[in-house]
Amino acid sequence: MEVLVAILLGVLTASGVFLILRARTFSVVLGLTLLSHAVNLFLFSMGRLHTNAPAVIGEAAQHADPLPQALVLTAIVIGFAMTAFVVVLALRSVLELKNDHVDGVNKNEEPI
Amino acid sequence: MLLLILLLPLMFLPGPLLLRHAPRWAVGLASLPPLIAFILLLQMLPTVMQGQVLLYQLDWIPEIGLAVALRLDALSALFALLITGIGVTVMYYAHHYFAGKPEAARFYTLILAFMAAMLGIVLAENLIFMLIFWELTSLISFLLIGFYGNKQISRRGARLSLFITGGGGLALLGGIILIGQVVGSYQLTDILQARELIQADSRFPWILGLILLGAFTKSAQFPFHLWLPHAMSAPTPVSAYLHSATMVKAGIFLLIRLFPIFSGHEAWFYWVAGIGVVTLLVGSFVAIFMHDMKGLLAYSTISHLGLITLLIGFGTHGALTVALFHLVNHALFKAPLFMMAGVVDKAAGTRDLRQVNGMAKHFPMLMILSFIPTAAMAGLPYLNGYFSKKLFIVESLNGAHTGMIATLIPILAILGAAFSVGYALRLFHNTFFNGQPVDLPNWPPKQPSHWTYVPLFFFAAACIVLGLWPELMLHGLIAAAANAANVSADLLIPATRAPHVVSYDLSVIQDHPWLSLISAVTFLGGLAMYSARKTLFAWHAKLPNLNAKDHFEKLMQKLIGWAQDAVHMVENGSLQRYVLYLLVAALIFTGWPLLGLEVWQGDLELMPVDAMTAGGIVLLAAMALAVSVLHHQRITALLFTGATGLFITIGFARFSAPDLALTQFSVEVMAILIMMLALSFLPQTSPHESSRFRWTRDVIIASIAGLGVALLSFAVMTRPQHSISGYFLANSVPGGGGTNVVNVILVDFRGFDTLGEITVLAIAGLAVFALTRNLRLKDRPNHQQNDYWNGFAESHPLFLRVLARPILPMALLVSAYIFLRGHNLPGGGFIAGLITAAALSLQYVACGIRWAHVRMLTQFRPLIGAGLLIAGTTGVGSLVFGKPFLTSWFGHFELPLIGEFELATALLFDLGVYVTVVGATLLILANMGRLMTIHGPGKEIG
Repeated sequence: MEVLVAILLGVLTASGVFLILRARTFSVVLGLTLLSHAVNLFLFSMGRLHTNAPAVIGEAAQHADPLPQALVLTAIVIGFAMTAFVVVLALRSVLELKNDHVDGVNKNEEPI
Repeated sequence: MLLLILLLPLMFLPGPLLLRHAPRWAVGLASLPPLIAFILLLQMLPTVMQGQVLLYQLDWIPEIGLAVALRLDALSALFALLITGIGVTVMYYAHHYFAGKPEAARFYTLILAFMAAMLGIVLAENLIFMLIFWELTSLISFLLIGFYGNKQISRRGARLSLFITGGGGLALLGGIILIGQVVGSYQLTDILQARELIQADSRFPWILGLILLGAFTKSAQFPFHLWLPHAMSAPTPVSAYLHSATMVKAGIFLLIRLFPIFSGHEAWFYWVAGIGVVTLLVGSFVAIFMHDMKGLLAYSTISHLGLITLLIGFGTHGALTVALFHLVNHALFKAPLFMMAGVVDKAAGTRDLRQVNGMAKHFPMLMILSFIPTAAMAGLPYLNGYFSKKLFIVESLNGAHTGMIATLIPILAILGAAFSVGYALRLFHNTFFNGQPVDLPNWPPKQPSHWTYVPLFFFAAACIVLGLWPELMLHGLIAAAANAANVSADLLIPATRAPHVVSYDLSVIQDHPWLSLISAVTFLGGLAMYSARKTLFAWHAKLPNLNAKDHFEKLMQKLIGWAQDAVHMVENGSLQRYVLYLLVAALIFTGWPLLGLEVWQGDLELMPVDAMTAGGIVLLAAMALAVSVLHHQRITALLFTGATGLFITIGFARFSAPDLALTQFSVEVMAILIMMLALSFLPQTSPHESSRFRWTRDVIIASIAGLGVALLSFAVMTRPQHSISGYFLANSVPGGGGTNVVNVILVDFRGFDTLGEITVLAIAGLAVFALTRNLRLKDRPNHQQNDYWNGFAESHPLFLRVLARPILPMALLVSAYIFLRGHNLPGGGFIAGLITAAALSLQYVACGIRWAHVRMLTQFRPLIGAGLLIAGTTGVGSLVFGKPFLTSWFGHFELPLIGEFELATALLFDLGVYVTVVGATLLILANMGRLMTIHGPGKEIG
């Protein structure tokens, strides 16, 4: 199972990194989303994989590691805040610069 | 007392600037420090001339050997008197030169600063302390040469001078550090006694070379003499002070000061005397070809400095005495000549010797007063220059070396003397006689104020006095100075014993009766050269034009061009490039240690694979790949991204993280909604614009990143864990009062992190609010193309509209339940807040913004503030009870029907979190949605 999860993390990261290197703001936003998913999963997996062991006292005999879970929860919420911010920033830049290229201007392109 | 002398100019520094509108007061104030310092030095002179050395010490940074250490012996006193004395006259001259122009104040300030720096060099006892002032002189000279900053020639000359003298200063630093390491101290009293130690050390060649480099660059010796002629774009007072009397003498001072440790070594003679004689010849030869008066005087200065250097190179006590004597004489006749050039320049408007002729008719007084310094320069009898020349020739004959060198040096010396007669003649004759002026800009030439002649008068008088009674100086100050300089081991005397002053015996001149013959030869030679000047000029004009400054500038521009290209390669404003560099750097830094890992798989047993989970993971990976493959179709990519988020939710649930699953689920919904809203304003497709090369490169980098992360996570996941959560699991119920450990960690154990988290959320919400505030709708791109659904569906389907209304109270109920149970079962403030936000945004989506606005509370920013306030107050509340910030408390209570339940202050904190989450999320969504309303942006929401 660890092998599969590791492969999954690799694929998520690769997709995210590839998209971040694109030239359009929306693609970069998608890439950031995927990358943050990958990072959250990575942090979560630091607590090692457990099944049927929720971190609730009294529900199970074994407990998964609650600390990475708490940290990832914080990360998810902050990631959401940053995603919203970046999306609106990209939107604003498109509407101001008439162009959704990452560098703000692409000489060969007609403005939107 | 010594410190006072040093600090005097600095204390009066701001004075001229403040008094810039009262020129008389300004110059008066500026002349005060050198005058006072001069008088103080004269007072201390008798003690010092007897051989005593006055010291002052103040430790500054003992760790690196730096101390504010001052030393006054006869040598320093000589130089200090020179600096302050000539400083007074230059101030006076400058007052009339600038004639009340506003830049005079800046000039005085700079000169005062320079004076302080020069005094620092000559009075320093600690070599590093001296270096500080050495560099300061370079810097201030730069400012003074570029005084008229609007002229390109000034700027370029200043830059060249700074480059050369600054570079020399760097070499000097190296030499000083080496000396310090060999001797163990930077104080002169220690260094001057360590002659054998230094000369025996293997690093001695380096020490000698670096120190010589520093001295030669500062004193414009060959081949570093190039900066001095180009420094003549400075105002004349600057040339008279810096570039004839003080700054260029600093290198010579250093050579004399460090003479005790270098004397007797063969290399010293070859290098110093060699460079000196070359400089002497080059300077005096080129001088006559200069058509600019100041250029001629500059080259003349170079040749005289070469002469002094040559004398120092001889290494004998006699030569040293003559060197010092000539140093003083040179200052006494060069400064007035520069002043004369300045007067002529201002009067006639030009300094060109081909144009300025026959000035004797217009300025007879000037002619008489400048005849004396010129004659001194040429070496006419009864003037101080005469003795300098004679003694110089005597010493060159007295050299301890035999063979070819013994005959060559005197011949070269005589040649140099002949050249100097030639250019002195040229200067005097071409300025004051030689026919009529040609094409003068100022015609008739303006009469200078008679007060300008006063300094010239003093200098001329000094030349005559020293010419008639040379013993005054020679047996007095110069002898003492030479003594102080030549402090060898046997001559070193503590201040208590009487010194053993070696006076120079002038009768040596009588011992060589054929000296007069040599003088006559030099005069005739100079005269012949001058008479043949037209032919010589013609020959010189045919030579190729080598302008050092232009070459330097070209080199500089090339260097600057390379630097700019290098910067542009790294930082060219392209975000893609920065991201690339960041990623590559991150990959290198994390991949490097990873390569050292021997075994990938750790000791933990691998978890067995079951079909459902495996299938889910494979599907998730496929969807992630699909996003990057299909990213050109934006809506499709967005949907796949949402799907990956939802599958991750399932993954969290499968691997025992119910809180995470709930949070991820609600966050994903919100995030996709926001991105969908944004997408409606953007083009629906990304163009295919990456080149093959770029695409391949990005795929490779992404693959490496993915591989690295996969390997790393596999390595970690299979190794046993040393977790610290045992504490949390053990203390969740007794310490926090809740069984949901994750939630207890969030709102209790690590509540401060959560406080920070909701603050970030609040800030993001406010930022979105600010960004969407003034967004102009008419700039909305591609409105037509957005209508995929045009004609296919209504914007607000009836079904959804009707359902949305009863869903709201039910959703709020669920939200409240999840909120309350959060402490003990999966749930909590975040999830509850997101559920509420989802329910409320459903109203926006289903029924439209205007409908929702009329019926709903829209004060989102106060809501955010209230949430933060509640969370913060809960934390502060514990301070009231004497516990640290954010300590929670819980208790069990009984309620009649419900039974026992537990209350904790963490619930209040969670309430703050809940309210903030609702406020921020709705602020974001509502403002983005508002952009879609057709009837213009309207009032901002929230």
